[in-house]
Amino acid sequence: MVGLSSEDVEAFGLTLHLAATVTLLLLLIGAPSAWWLARTRSRLKPLIAAVVALPLVLPPTVLGFYLLLLLGPQGAVGHLMSSLGLSLLPFTFGGLVVGSMLYSLPFVVQPLQNAFEAIGEGPLEAAACLRAGPFDRFWSVALPLALPGIVSAAVLGFAHTVGEFGVVLMIGGNIPGQTRVLSMRIYDHVEAGDYAQAHTLSICLLAVSFAALLAMTLLRPQLRANV
Amino acid sequence: MSEATHDAPSGLVADLIRKHGALSIAFDASIPASGVTALFGPSGAGKTSCLRMIAGLDRGAAGRLSFAGETWQDSRRRIFVPPHRRRVGYIAQAPGLFEHLDVAGNLDFAWRRAGRPADLGRDNLIDQFGLRSLLARKVVALSGGERQRVAIVRALLSDPALLLLDEPLSALDGAAREDLLGRLEVLHARLAVPMIYVSHAIDEVARLADHMVLLDAGRVVAQGPLNATVTRLDLPRALIEAAGAVIAGVVTAQDSADHLTELTFDGGVLLLPRDNAAIGERLRCRVSARDVVLTLERQNGSSALNQIACRVIAVGDADHPSQALVQLAAGGTVLLARITRRSMTLLDLHPGKLIWAQVKATALGA
Repeated sequence: MVGLSSEDVEAFGLTLHLAATVTLLLLLIGAPSAWWLARTRSRLKPLIAAVVALPLVLPPTVLGFYLLLLLGPQGAVGHLMSSLGLSLLPFTFGGLVVGSMLYSLPFVVQPLQNAFEAIGEGPLEAAACLRAGPFDRFWSVALPLALPGIVSAAVLGFAHTVGEFGVVLMIGGNIPGQTRVLSMRIYDHVEAGDYAQAHTLSICLLAVSFAALLAMTLLRPQLRANV
Repeated sequence: MSEATHDAPSGLVADLIRKHGALSIAFDASIPASGVTALFGPSGAGKTSCLRMIAGLDRGAAGRLSFAGETWQDSRRRIFVPPHRRRVGYIAQAPGLFEHLDVAGNLDFAWRRAGRPADLGRDNLIDQFGLRSLLARKVVALSGGERQRVAIVRALLSDPALLLLDEPLSALDGAAREDLLGRLEVLHARLAVPMIYVSHAIDEVARLADHMVLLDAGRVVAQGPLNATVTRLDLPRALIEAAGAVIAGVVTAQDSADHLTELTFDGGVLLLPRDNAAIGERLRCRVSARDVVLTLERQNGSSALNQIACRVIAVGDADHPSQALVQLAAGGTVLLARITRRSMTLLDLHPGKLIWAQVKATALGA
């Protein structure tokens, strides 16, 4: 094993930045979505649930490919964005965030949905009869009771984003400081035959992933006891 | 608080229909604006469903529901007031405490949303239900009885206009059950808002209720003041075990040597086994129809301590062809006796006949 080059450190920082941004945004979007999925009796529920789960089974390259088409200058979204005077997303950090959010969506929404479903009707009905309106029930009852699930969702979303490759390859390119994340860097090193460097970075990734999971298992029982 | 127009009934008026699989529930009832109304019936009669419709927790119900002149639901006019705007305190069988909060946090959740009303007597309620020492406890560390007590105080602290209790004693064992029943009796005496109390245990109903709505197979089969309802001759078969008078009276003597309490009621005097009654205390006593023996004359050599002079009001069928139910008037109190048809013929019972009702004091419980 050898030390990290400054480029490697940059890629490492970028990866953490990306994963943190994506996790935060996914929690903000995922919590209401998961709440809706857990509570709704709408006929659309199976359809929406399938769409959310799609990235679980879809090859990341396929997801990235369609995103590239959609967000590119010829795509519907890309066309709209350029007509609004916005810069295009492919091969930017913003594009990576969007791609990674889609890719990690089920890893955040499903633990959240399970956690909300596990609460059951009892506490929520009790809250309703204690004059708590719908948003109040979500904020003061559902979210705190789902806290262990929220931690799981955050850890899974973070770890999954750290490890992505296919989507990044498609819509990120490999721009240093912009879109060159750790997994790209490892690929580069292996391509160049620099196995030692690849090894160092891989160990770093392994350590991050392991630490995240360990933190989750250590934190969960404590959350249960303290809340 | 009350927006009732002068001619609107001020209690709860329900005319609701709900299909639950095979059971269709028709809840057509009128519940007074004060006192405890028991929603009584066998398991599966639809009692909990009715309570949930009142609380607004079941959007699948159709019909009309109003409370204190305010419409809570009218499916024809597409009105449905959601539960958080109904001001009901609903205590479910599983009390739904918030496990992320301690006991104090649970109570505060309700009190804060009611606007911290000072006149609610928060501290008194906490003491009355013995929660003072539990305030810092985690909800998961509470016993079944403690959970129910927290749920009841929490509901009371939300300053409800109507209190709904769904079998709060059903999951409790003997001592915890008796403890909570005693506290509910005290609450009943002090509570200003009406309470609807779901139960399938007639002894709870006899001790707590002022009015009664009888449910059987999803239908309201009788409703009215408690004693008038439990002494009806036309009760459905499923409820006939509940038949029997609930006598309310005042303690006029306490015999500490024999451990007997003398209860004077409108129609006579009853002796019951009890140790701790205070003179002047109001007590209730259930006299099951099965525990009443009828005799043509007052007996001198009988072990039954209680003999009450009655007049036969009416005679009806019991749930077995060998038996009959006899409705009796003792002063202003109605009693019920279940006897065999053979005895009825032997005694030549008919409306208007004067007769003695014997009741063993031991049948009157403690």
